[in-house]
Order: sequence, then C-alpha cells, then structure tokens
Amino acid sequence: MKNKFVKWLSLPYAFWSLAFIIIPLVMVFYFGLTDKTGKFTFANILSISLPVHFKSLLIALLLSFISTVICLLLSYPLAMILSSLNSKNNKLMILIFVLPMWMNFLLRTLAWQTLLENEGVINTILRTIHLPALKIINTPYAIVFGMIYNFLPFMVLPIYNVLCKIDKNLLNAARDLGANEVQTFLKVTLPLSVPGIISGITMVFVPALTTFVISDLLGGSKILLIGNVIEQEFTLNSNWHLGSGLSIVLMLFIIISMIITAIFDKDGEGSAL
Amino acid sequence: MANVLKKIYIALIFIFLYAPMLVLIVLSFNKSKSRAKWGGFTFKWYTQLLSDSSIMEALVTTLLLAVLSALISTFIGTIAAIAITSLKKGTRTLMMGITNIPMLNAEIVTGISLMLLFIFFNVKFGFTTILLAHITFNIPYVILSVMPRIKQLNPSAYEAAMDLGASPFKAFFKVVFPDILPGVFSGLLMAFTMSIDDFIITHFTKGAGVDTLSTKIYSQVRKGIDPKMYALSSLIFVTVLVLLILINILPGSGKKAKEK
Repeated sequence: MKNKFVKWLSLPYAFWSLAFIIIPLVMVFYFGLTDKTGKFTFANILSISLPVHFKSLLIALLLSFISTVICLLLSYPLAMILSSLNSKNNKLMILIFVLPMWMNFLLRTLAWQTLLENEGVINTILRTIHLPALKIINTPYAIVFGMIYNFLPFMVLPIYNVLCKIDKNLLNAARDLGANEVQTFLKVTLPLSVPGIISGITMVFVPALTTFVISDLLGGSKILLIGNVIEQEFTLNSNWHLGSGLSIVLMLFIIISMIITAIFDKDGEGSAL
Repeated sequence: MANVLKKIYIALIFIFLYAPMLVLIVLSFNKSKSRAKWGGFTFKWYTQLLSDSSIMEALVTTLLLAVLSALISTFIGTIAAIAITSLKKGTRTLMMGITNIPMLNAEIVTGISLMLLFIFFNVKFGFTTILLAHITFNIPYVILSVMPRIKQLNPSAYEAAMDLGASPFKAFFKVVFPDILPGVFSGLLMAFTMSIDDFIITHFTKGAGVDTLSTKIYSQVRKGIDPKMYALSSLIFVTVLVLLILINILPGSGKKAKEK
C-alpha cells in the first residue's frame, strides 16, 4: 500500500496532533515563561525553590519512589506466577486486573477511606483478633497505599508481557548447563525482563509523582503534593502562569524517566498493550 | 507447598484489588447516608436512581462522551495507523514519537495544556472541549492497537486484489480491513474504557454546568458522596462483569481479547 494517496492520509492526524498535542505543550511553556502582563520571566519556574513548593515536590518524589519500589516488589512475583499458568487461565487473570477499572477510580479510592479509617473495617477486624489498630488514614502512608492500589496493574502487565515472551528453551538450556533455580533466575529471567521492569517503573512513577486526586482523597487534604499545588493554581487561584511554571519543572522529571525508558526499551517490548 | 504459597499470594492480591469493590457494593445497600456506619439494608438508592435527574444527566454525558470519542478516535486513529506505516522511516519515527506523548506524559500536564489552549483561543469550556480532549488522549491507544495488525499484513494480498481488477477502495475493504479489524475493535474498546474512567483531563477541560460521573463524584467528596452513586457504579460494574463472562463463555470469541 505504498502509494502516494495513503501517505496523504496521515495529514488529518498530523493536523490533529499539532493542534491538540504540540501547540498545547507550547502553551504550557508560553504561560510558564511569562507573567500576567505577558512579559518574559523565569519567576514562575524559579518559584519551585519556595519552601512550600519545594516541600511538595520532595514529598511527591519520596512517596512516588516508595510506591514504585513496593509495586515492583509485589508485581514481579505475581507476574512470574501468572506467566507460569496455562494460557486459558491467564487470559482470565489479566481480565481480573483490568476489571476494577470499570468501577469509578474516585469511588474505588474513596472506598479505602472506609477500609482504613480509625474506626474503619480493617481496624475493626484487627481489634477483634486483638491486634493493634492502624492509624494511617490522612497520613502519607495512606497516600502510598492509594498509589500502590491504583497503579499496581501498570506494573504487573508490562512485566507479565515480557516474562511470557521469554523462550522456555533458554531456561531449560540454563538448567541443562548446570545452573540452579536462583542462578537461572538471576542470569536469564531477570536480565531478559528488564524492559518490562523499566516500562512498569515509568508507568507507576509518572502518575504517582503527578497525582493530586489520591493525596486529596486519602491524605485528608493536609498533605500537598506538587500535583495538588499545580491543580490549585489552575482551578482555585486561576494563576495559570505560576501553575504552568511548576508544570515545566514537573515535566523535567517526566522527561528524565521517558529517556530512561527509551534507553532500556528500544523495541517497545515492555509496553502494556 | 510452593503451589499453595502461589495461590495464597494471588488470593491476597486479589483481595487487595477487590476489597474496595465489595465496600462500594455493600455501601450501595446501606440505609445510612454515612460512609462509616451501617444503618440497615435498603434498595432505596437503586429505586431513586432513575428519578435523580442530575445523576442521569451526568451518566448520559459520560456515555455520550465515551461513545463519540471512541468512534471518532477509532476513525482518525485507524486511518493514521495505515498512513503512518507507509511513511518514510524518519517521518514515521517522528509521528510515533508525537503519538507517545499523551501516553507517557502526566495526565495533569495533558489536562492543563489543553486547558491553556482553550483559554488562549477563547474557546468556551463545555461538552465540546471535553470531547476534543478525550479524542486526543484516545487516538494513541487506537494507533498502538491497530499498528501491529498492519505490520502483519501481507502486502501482496492487496496488490493481488488490485491485479484481479479490484479498485483500491474495494481492495482495502475486502482484503486489508478484515485483517486489521480485531485491532480496530480492541482499540475502540480501549478508547471507550479510557474515556469512561477519565477524571483528571475532564476536570481541567470541562466548563461549569457540564459534569461527567467522575467530576460529579469529585464535587461530592467534601460534602459526602450521594449513596445513589454507589448504586450506579455497582450496577455498571455488575453489567461489565456479566458482559465479560458472556464474551468469555461464547465460543470463538477468545481470539479478540488476546489482541490487547
């Protein structure tokens, strides 16, 4: 189908992505680098050094880092178990991970309030079996909990995908050559699954770093992440210039994680699709 | 022993993922309006649901957005995927790079960038702005699910059809399209799901007076969620569950789900 006409068919999409992907990003830079009178300034970007903003960025980095690590630790064994099941079963298993997305994401996160509250379901259970109650609602722990809950499937699916693609003959060859289970895992399975791991890490880290909803719902609006600061500048204070400036700072971290993904995942093997 | 441990591990993750679902379903039968107290069993949230015009309006908006954005993005995305494959390597890489931006970028940045675009060009915020935003973040999902199908196509089949006298148009619809259809279909489904579940981008591109279910729920967070919302989302969840079970039981449909 390599005729000229087909090539021209890419124009509508090229136009669409110019209008709704490229120009909007240019807008973020335009607003971020100007003040209310339209004069060029770095003030919006530099305001990240204000203690309030800097603290929110640090907390967001810390919490999203912790959530990403825990997601990885939970997901890897899970993906290994799922990939070892026979194929009829694992289609169902994947569905199980996608299905919760059909219940509204805000309501699902709010349900954790009911579960985690000081007089909530989990604490009631803990008290009945005479264990100490957890006091985690409205603390950073609850936010980490919500991040793990919401983004776990994004870590499981890419790792699962690469693990399924590993040639079983490689594992058998390693064993035939005298490697034990641990060596086979460390020398064969783990290195081959790196693209999936990296892809999973970005797919969890970026939304966790930039969230404002989870911190809003589970942090009792006392803990501000950088996402909350930006959201408030846009919706409450209508200070689009400051909000854009902080978004540029945020994008820096996103771009860094994209570059890392691109380096490790050249063939797009780890994509979740 | 190892097998038992594996099963326990899967079960624990399963409980972790589905505990909130259970909570929401239980709350949808809770007589008390409070989230924290059980006030007895009731069906009233379900029976009052249909007569709540503001929730019904949000539901219609949500579904309309999902259907329209899924159809339009599938149309644009499928054509784009076919066209991009025929481009020279440099242009193709550039187009795919741009396609990846909305997928890899943070939703909050996509949301505010579109908001700024509409502010800058003085576009009135409302249903249309949300629709444009949803189409934008849906197209990449369509392209990425159609693209692999096109790469698997046998180019000679299309040429053979032309040699046998089919017009390019006919050759496309008789030969190429049936082969990429599973990819188109899973892209459509993906786009529909993403649109229904979206909150963040809608939050920044909606105007006053227009609400989807997500933005309506968010506005209720401070004053307490209307229990009718629990009833509605339980209904949606059960409907999808039943549909999925049916699709998986029906023979011969197993192939489609694998495309994802």
